[in-house]
Amino acid sequence: MTSKTLFYIFKRLLLALLTIFLVITITFFVMNVIPGGPFNSEKGVSQRTKEALDKKYGLDKPLIVQYFNYLGGVLKLDFGESLKRTGSSVGQILLEGLGNSAKLGLCAAGIAIVFGILFGTVAAVFRGKWIDKVIMIFTTGSVAMPSFVIGTLLLIIFCLLVPILPPNGAEPGGLVLPVISLALYPTSYITRLTRSSMLDVLGQDFIRTAKAKGVSRGKVIFKHTLRNALIPVITYIGPMIAYIVTGSLVVEQIFSVPGLGREFTSSIINRDYTLIMGTTIVLATLVVIMNLVSDILYTVVDPRIDLN
Amino acid sequence: MEENKKPKFKNVLSFQIDTSKLIPASDEEKQQVSRMRESRTFFRDAMRRFVKNKVALVCSVIIILIILSVIILPMVWPYKYSQQLGIKDSDASYNNLAPFEYGATEKAKMEAGEFVFPHIFGTDSVGRDYFIRVVYGTRVSLGVGFFAALLVLIIGLVYGSISGYVGGKVDIVMMRVVDIIYSLPDMLMIILLSVVLNKVFEKSLTGVLANLGGNMISLFLVFGLLYWVGMARLIRGQILSLKNQEYILAAKSIGASSGRIIFKHLIPNCMSVIIITMALQIPSAIFTESFLSFLGLGVNAPMPSLGSLASAARGGIFSYPHRLLIPSLVIFLIVLSLNLIGDGLRDAFDPKLKK
Repeated sequence: MTSKTLFYIFKRLLLALLTIFLVITITFFVMNVIPGGPFNSEKGVSQRTKEALDKKYGLDKPLIVQYFNYLGGVLKLDFGESLKRTGSSVGQILLEGLGNSAKLGLCAAGIAIVFGILFGTVAAVFRGKWIDKVIMIFTTGSVAMPSFVIGTLLLIIFCLLVPILPPNGAEPGGLVLPVISLALYPTSYITRLTRSSMLDVLGQDFIRTAKAKGVSRGKVIFKHTLRNALIPVITYIGPMIAYIVTGSLVVEQIFSVPGLGREFTSSIINRDYTLIMGTTIVLATLVVIMNLVSDILYTVVDPRIDLN
Repeated sequence: MEENKKPKFKNVLSFQIDTSKLIPASDEEKQQVSRMRESRTFFRDAMRRFVKNKVALVCSVIIILIILSVIILPMVWPYKYSQQLGIKDSDASYNNLAPFEYGATEKAKMEAGEFVFPHIFGTDSVGRDYFIRVVYGTRVSLGVGFFAALLVLIIGLVYGSISGYVGGKVDIVMMRVVDIIYSLPDMLMIILLSVVLNKVFEKSLTGVLANLGGNMISLFLVFGLLYWVGMARLIRGQILSLKNQEYILAAKSIGASSGRIIFKHLIPNCMSVIIITMALQIPSAIFTESFLSFLGLGVNAPMPSLGSLASAARGGIFSYPHRLLIPSLVIFLIVLSLNLIGDGLRDAFDPKLKK
């Protein structure tokens, strides 16, 4: 690694930290713009109780003091207590949801990467043949469907027409459908990405040289082409995680998976400020970190990339 | 000598042509000039290639048909999107009609020999004609997509061209701002802002804005605040590569202003990038809108959008699957067509593919 690469990584790291800080700040101030405190919607709460509650959660202090208190808490991974679910801290609720969401997200990401690269390679190798056409039609179609449409269609097909899978994500086998509905879009995207970069590489001189000196077809494809063609795929890892994170918001809702996404959507409806803030910050940090990782990997893997 | 009194040339070694010695070409000579092919502007050339692309052409026709029908159909259709058909005589027989079924009073009318306009897609749970709701929802979704893309285009264009053209420190600062906005997780920010702005705008909106609803305004706001960065980067890149070309130098040397150079020379040459990105930006905005509507953060009821129709249909998904399938299919068709048009435009404008 050259010093230039190190400097780039350092710069990216700073940018990522700045972004996370910005997310926390935006989240905090934006949430405080909402007219009406969190306890206003509660029925039968007297003025005195409200004041006591405000005092308990520190809502009576000036905004800027609240902000620094919150910032300090976030650094210690303490997101405060849930305003609506008394007794449980936001961190606790998030931790409970994280396991299921991580399982869902990692499965979807894994499937997308493995099958995306597989289909993309097959399509590129058999360019113009029927199998390439089938793959391209399928991927073009599934890129045009929002994740909730895919989810509900799967629900209709596999729970109503051919009832072989449970519609509830908490049951055994229930994660199959949500994983498929989350993975379909990134799989298609990676397939198209792999295909086009494979075709790019296949047209280059060193592939012809390899073929000319008698390297076997399999070796040309796997050793020479695929390794070079996979570099652009790395850049998609960050956006893919972002897609899966937001996609899981609706997919968890559709299949009632008890995860972070469902927590987030219900906290929006309940106006649970601290929970909304906590979830946004955790998910945003995840996305920023994954973007950072994919950017750094990209520069480390391919030394030809011009960092300017 | 007599001739030297009035010199033919200002300068002895000048290349200045003595026009009096030139004679017009005869018709015969004109015919000898063979032309390789008709000269066309780059834009027309690209359009010609685009029209040759069957898939993209079919998709364009589909989109044009959809646009025409969402403009014309609400004018001629006998039902309104917010009209609850059975509400006049609190007649529940109008609710949840299957396609081509009729309510009780309508059946009576038909037996009396009157013509009753059919409910092609049936009605929804409160007895509103579903077909016109889908048409209207498509109109809302397309409108949101188009205007959001337009907003992104305008902001990105101005920002990107200034950054690219001015260069230097200004460019560095402007691009750092872009970098930071670019790395914000946009979808989460949209949801957050929608939640908040909807509450803020709830009471303070009047007129057209109130009709649109706080959610849609926040959607536009967020697009205006966050989504333009991609466009700005693209435009900047284009401007950077164009601004060192000779014709820009020529324009500068005859005293053209920066504004003129940007708007007359640089931006027209970015047109292909702009058109392609626009074509791909609209589906992304439609996606975002449908996603927000699905979470209950979309357009205000009773106004429908494709996303909110699909979301509302989820309740009765096992009894009335067609109510989910129809708006989903429309979203699919629009997004697919626009994507393919975008691809077609990219191929058409890519000079590398020119034969």
